[in-house]
Amino acid sequence: MNRPLEGLLVLEFCQFLAGPSAGLKLADLGARVIKIERPKTGDACRQLSIKNLFVDDDSLLFHTINRNKESYAADLKNPDDLEKLRKLISKADVMTHNFRPGVMEKIGLDYDHVQAINPKIIYGVVTGYGNEGPWKNKPGQDLLVQAVSGLTFLSGVDTDGPVPFGLSVSDIMCGNHLAQGILAGLIKRAKTNKSVLVEVSLLESILDVQFEVITTYLNDGGKLPDRSGAKGSAHAYLSAPYGMYETKDGYIAMAMGNLPNICTIIKCDISDLYVEAGSAFENRDKLIVRLAETFKKEETKNWVNLLESHGIWCAEVLNYQTATALNTYKSLQIEQQLDLGEDLKIKTTVSPIRFDNEKLFASKAAPKLGFNTSDINKEFELEEHT
Amino acid sequence: MRPLEDYLVIDFSQFLSGPSASLRLADMGARVIKIERLGIGDICRTLYTSNLIMNGESSVFHAINRNKESFEVDLKNEEDRDMVRELLKKADVMIHNFRPGVMERLGFDYPSVSALNPTIIYGEVSGYGTDTEWKNKPGQDLLLQSVTGLTFLTGNADSGPVAMGLSIVDMLAGAHLVQGLLACLYRKAIRNEGGFVQVSMMESAYDFQFETITTFMNDGGALPERSKRNNANAYLGAPYGIYQTENGYLALAMGSIPQLGLLLGCEKLEDYVELKEAFDKRDEIKAALAEHLLTETTEKWLSILEPADIWCADVLNWNALMTHDGFKVLNMIQEVNMEDGYKYETTRCPIRIDGELLISSKGSPKLGQDNERIIKEFITQKTIANA
Repeated sequence: MNRPLEGLLVLEFCQFLAGPSAGLKLADLGARVIKIERPKTGDACRQLSIKNLFVDDDSLLFHTINRNKESYAADLKNPDDLEKLRKLISKADVMTHNFRPGVMEKIGLDYDHVQAINPKIIYGVVTGYGNEGPWKNKPGQDLLVQAVSGLTFLSGVDTDGPVPFGLSVSDIMCGNHLAQGILAGLIKRAKTNKSVLVEVSLLESILDVQFEVITTYLNDGGKLPDRSGAKGSAHAYLSAPYGMYETKDGYIAMAMGNLPNICTIIKCDISDLYVEAGSAFENRDKLIVRLAETFKKEETKNWVNLLESHGIWCAEVLNYQTATALNTYKSLQIEQQLDLGEDLKIKTTVSPIRFDNEKLFASKAAPKLGFNTSDINKEFELEEHT
Repeated sequence: MRPLEDYLVIDFSQFLSGPSASLRLADMGARVIKIERLGIGDICRTLYTSNLIMNGESSVFHAINRNKESFEVDLKNEEDRDMVRELLKKADVMIHNFRPGVMERLGFDYPSVSALNPTIIYGEVSGYGTDTEWKNKPGQDLLLQSVTGLTFLTGNADSGPVAMGLSIVDMLAGAHLVQGLLACLYRKAIRNEGGFVQVSMMESAYDFQFETITTFMNDGGALPERSKRNNANAYLGAPYGIYQTENGYLALAMGSIPQLGLLLGCEKLEDYVELKEAFDKRDEIKAALAEHLLTETTEKWLSILEPADIWCADVLNWNALMTHDGFKVLNMIQEVNMEDGYKYETTRCPIRIDGELLISSKGSPKLGQDNERIIKEFITQKTIANA
């Protein structure tokens, strides 16, 4: 299988998660991705660890986000390094950065200057909140973007107060959008032979994630989301039984479904709460509590078997240990092993996209800081003065 | 010029994952034709969210399917299948999310379609892949969240499983499908090759969790532990979280604990001088912080923390967000029009290309509204005569 982006060169001036996750996507699709990193420290993510897990000198987190890439160390404040970078940029197809507004202008690597060096470049920029307005200089940090976007009033129960998503969802969606924009830019360039500017921001991305519910809000007289007060409810806009219920030995998740039918199957009397179709919305909280009383009486597997035999959409709620033991998890080949040499190996995920029935395995581990600098200098003849 | 101008996308998918992908392609400039089931259409048309019906259909359908056309057909009817084949011959992309086996029976599986059109890019979304034990299970968002461990990342330690309150896995699978399709469209533009792209919700859900599941894989299989209170990420130490204040809430991302103590006038926090205590003792630190932050307003705390470069923010609901200049300057809302004159507001594509907002005033289609035009434009007399 040939990978669609084979032959393309991407220079990644980004650090942390949003930009580098886009670089990882492009690398798995076949592009050659070179991280441009500050000497000595590099991508700040190299030192940002979770649970204090490090592999060699770099955090496991860095390894997860930056596998399948190369590293070139360069000081953007050093004129010699900048000159080399200009030469490298002249040979690149894509460059990305996530500096705050104004930084690349000062260095002379903003879009206008880069276009002059390379009139066919795809130039991708990630910001927190766009280039204008009162928030443009605020730190583009995931939790803060979630906080101002309204997202925190969609999960959990109403007495919880704001509940953020427990992952860096703004960063990750923004990285996905950056990858999409760059790919669209490459398609445009194939027709026009000209450079393309692609801009995304964490805030616009997290608003896009809410496009369904914001559209509902905008056309429903500005009515704010009304989360259920009942534990286990899973969506502010969906009626009972949608949610997760405690059983005798765990939890069961119930998707949307015909409530009277489901209650007949599980032998739960809701006749006082459910009088017409609209009751599933109006009495949502009481219905969830009522269903919870019934689900508590049996083991999850029994409920799932019973409900599935009637074609009801449900599933056992799994944690990482039980989820990764599933046959389906194994047959989808979600894991791959990265070889760091000297018997060091780490496991991580594979690209979620398949081409021609094949997974996009890529076992190349993340680079040490500046690992490829001298090879890249030679290959692109960056040190020869013209 | 939009990047995908002149591209034709034929979209058989329904609900959210596939249609969210074709919405993105439409905003990038492609012409998207929904192939919809005779008399019923995309089931999302009647999937009501909070009982809000707009112009006879669900608000969710209008959000997902603006900027598209609708071609209403009976795929069990040979004449209709012939017409769809004519469309596919001229298409650049097709998308579907039927369960495994359905497209094979209808004759629209990848081998059949690429025989009609060798350079087509064929995209397929499934719940759990096409060749696994769970291949026939419904690819429904909450169930996918539930079976991939995602529900143990949000909420507090004693909350039990907490879902992310949006169809996040659907949207991720849609986003990944777009990437696969665009990568192949690029290759097609350069080398004139077709391609077969597949994504599954399960793989997309794990890609979303790539940081935390990689930690799990390399940490002896230890499960994520949410903090007892104010949790925002099971793997991060204090102060990471959202806290109640006298008049609202405050989000706090990073910052050294003793420094926060000094700035906020919370003496208890000044004792946590060891860096690792921020994680190891996060429950007690968060408890002290939560108690202290209740004593003043959000504005007061922001006025102390922001000048000190502590990463923090007010917590807004949509009412507060949409009246803020930081939101208004993004021009994130657009008004679109349906063919019958019905107008509604919705969000726009989050990507800017060459400084341009990818807006479009075209609203969602009524079921089958474009049949006549599509037949006139694409279906040759010969096809109709043969039919």
